[in-house]
Amino acid sequence: MKTLTTAFVTVLATLSMASAKPEVGQTMPKLATLLPGAALPATTGKVVLVDFWASWCAPCKASFPCFSRLHQKYSGKGLVIIGIGVDDDPAKHQAFAAKEKVPFTLVHDAQHKAAAFFSPSTMPSSYLVDRKGVIRYIHTGFKGAKTEEEYTKEIEELLAK
Amino acid sequence: MNPSPFLALALLGGLFSSCSPALVRVQPYERGNLAGPLLSQDRDPLQKAMTEHAYFSREASFGGGGVGGGGCGCN
Repeated sequence: MKTLTTAFVTVLATLSMASAKPEVGQTMPKLATLLPGAALPATTGKVVLVDFWASWCAPCKASFPCFSRLHQKYSGKGLVIIGIGVDDDPAKHQAFAAKEKVPFTLVHDAQHKAAAFFSPSTMPSSYLVDRKGVIRYIHTGFKGAKTEEEYTKEIEELLAK
Repeated sequence: MNPSPFLALALLGGLFSSCSPALVRVQPYERGNLAGPLLSQDRDPLQKAMTEHAYFSREASFGGGGVGGGGCGCN
């Protein structure tokens, strides 16, 4: 019975470790290690918005004009937006990026390394990071003007710090 | 009767049931194939309207089909 209990606890511990993912208050991991070879902008001392998107995700597409507006309004004040595409097919990623022509950085997580690490609960999901590199807000899904208002309020708050 | 085997089975059953969030399942970022137009509920508006009518009139159930983003479960 003791052996059985030990085995049960070990399995539970292993499974709980597998579900660990970045939360609010944790330090943002270095994206360069999760996205080797990707051309990432400098983020030191900046407020960073990391968004997970895919070409097959309709709300992700709807969120791009919002991110473009946020980029135009706040990039000069210290906001950096990085869109991480998770399409399986690189051609679909490239075609979607070329069609949308967004002013912020888009990178492709071809191996799903970053996506597996962040384990977003839905698509799209975004992580808002303060100037010190700490995750301050996590957004799941995109609900139009409501979500844009929340982004604006939170970005202004983080830029002011 | 020794209860250990039954207890072990019950524990393992609970652990590996579909309720466990740690089991391998399709992650949100892996649902590209599920978002295909063939899996969309409203690919044929007429068929969708007739199906909804059938559910409403025969089974007294209506709604609950308005998930955005096709079959990818987005948002």
